[in-house]
Amino acid sequence: MAGQSDSPISLFSPEEVEFIAEDELMEIVPNMRMDPLNFICGDFGPFFPQIPVKVPLWLAVALKKRGKCTIRPPQWMTVENLTQVLEGEREDQGTFQAVPFHYIEISRLLFDHSAREDIPDIYMVRSLIEDIRDVRLHKVETNLEKFSATSAVKIAHLSAMEVNVVRPFVVRSLQAFYKHDNPVVTADLDSMSNRQPQVRQPQVPNNARRIVAQDCPLTIPFVLQQPLKRR
Amino acid sequence: MAEDLGDGSTAEMDEYETLMSTTDVELLKTAWRNEKAAPEILQFQALLVKRAREQIQLVEETVEEFEGSGMDPLTVSLYQMDLDRAQFLLRSYLRVRLQKVTANSLLRNICSTSGRMIIYGTGSLNQRKFLLKGVLMIWKNILKRLFCQRLPDNYQSARRQSIISEEDDMVPEPQLDTFVACKSSKNFVSIRLVDSERPLEMERHDVSFVLYKVIEDKIGVEIDLGLKNTPRSCMLQIVLKKFVHCCCWHKTPSEDAFWYQKSLEFIQQNQH
Repeated sequence: MAGQSDSPISLFSPEEVEFIAEDELMEIVPNMRMDPLNFICGDFGPFFPQIPVKVPLWLAVALKKRGKCTIRPPQWMTVENLTQVLEGEREDQGTFQAVPFHYIEISRLLFDHSAREDIPDIYMVRSLIEDIRDVRLHKVETNLEKFSATSAVKIAHLSAMEVNVVRPFVVRSLQAFYKHDNPVVTADLDSMSNRQPQVRQPQVPNNARRIVAQDCPLTIPFVLQQPLKRR
Repeated sequence: MAEDLGDGSTAEMDEYETLMSTTDVELLKTAWRNEKAAPEILQFQALLVKRAREQIQLVEETVEEFEGSGMDPLTVSLYQMDLDRAQFLLRSYLRVRLQKVTANSLLRNICSTSGRMIIYGTGSLNQRKFLLKGVLMIWKNILKRLFCQRLPDNYQSARRQSIISEEDDMVPEPQLDTFVACKSSKNFVSIRLVDSERPLEMERHDVSFVLYKVIEDKIGVEIDLGLKNTPRSCMLQIVLKKFVHCCCWHKTPSEDAFWYQKSLEFIQQNQH
């Protein structure tokens, strides 16, 4: 079970990202009989010996730990495919190869939880995935050096864990760019503002987003104060 | 952040994702992720939380029954795991919201024209009441009596630095000029940016860091869950807005009291 991340609110802990990945479907081959499971997160089963069935990763791992099934590694988790991906990553410095969004978490969970004997060429697969991860992270880092001020940065095929790693840095730097760069007050910011210009932060187009509020008076006084004051 | 990209984005995958997104756990997960990543407080998923609570309760009862009836311990433990996961999600979602309600912008949400959480009907009724109580206490007891009144005349307002301030510049505001990482929940989304002619085009496999206010109203539609008001919160909006208008423009105590009373009644009626 994942741990709660404390602060700041907007960051996910690696455990939380892993928790999210645990809902990815995996194919398992049970070695026992079991009735269908009607979970809150969906219905799975019924389970018959030697009949492959798809279940979420957490369930697969739980069954595996109890020796009730073998896990079929996902299709992408083969030496050939991973070698190809790694080559692609190395050749093309500008873009990322298409890998599953949760490839880091899935492989970690599978390698850690006694599913080792179910994955052919486990050591090779493992080191390939580690290499891919390193190459990709390095690539993100070098690409980040070329950042410029903008209101959006798009990165195709970035995976969940990678997003989580770079998020604080990217967000902060984009924010800084935005703040310093900012004089742009654009077309869609304008029309709504019947508010007075903000004194405090003249550089920020402060009226950009509050459209809901426009038919209210300029500032709403603290509402509940009013009845109290008059006593 | 939107749907996860699985092994491939084939039609089968899409179908599967639609199927998966119908379970409340999946919806709750999305709500939790959105809530966690967004700098401001989003529309409260009241119905979803209610449904999730009911389901959790149901499964809790089932698990107890199973234990009583000598069911296979393996099955029981699997149900228990599923239960734990659902509870964890629900707790995380509620916790993030509470954190935001307390830490982020207590005052802003009540006082400002722009804070929409309370007045504009996001936030659950309980959270709203919680806030109202907290703020009342802070203002009445601490700020006003102990502190503000002892300052020189010009500085007595708790919301403004001094009387020359044109805005409520003492009220903290959520940082909305910030960037969030997001994914598209559809196959393709096009987003108009503020600083460029060219729209940002996102496919399912793209992750983008985007200025929050650019995608703010797309969360739930094209990026994720809904910010749309439910009818009930719209009603509350109207009542509260009226109340606020009264306070601002017709400052007769009786009218204030009248609307104050009305709002409270309304909140109480809609408690459930």
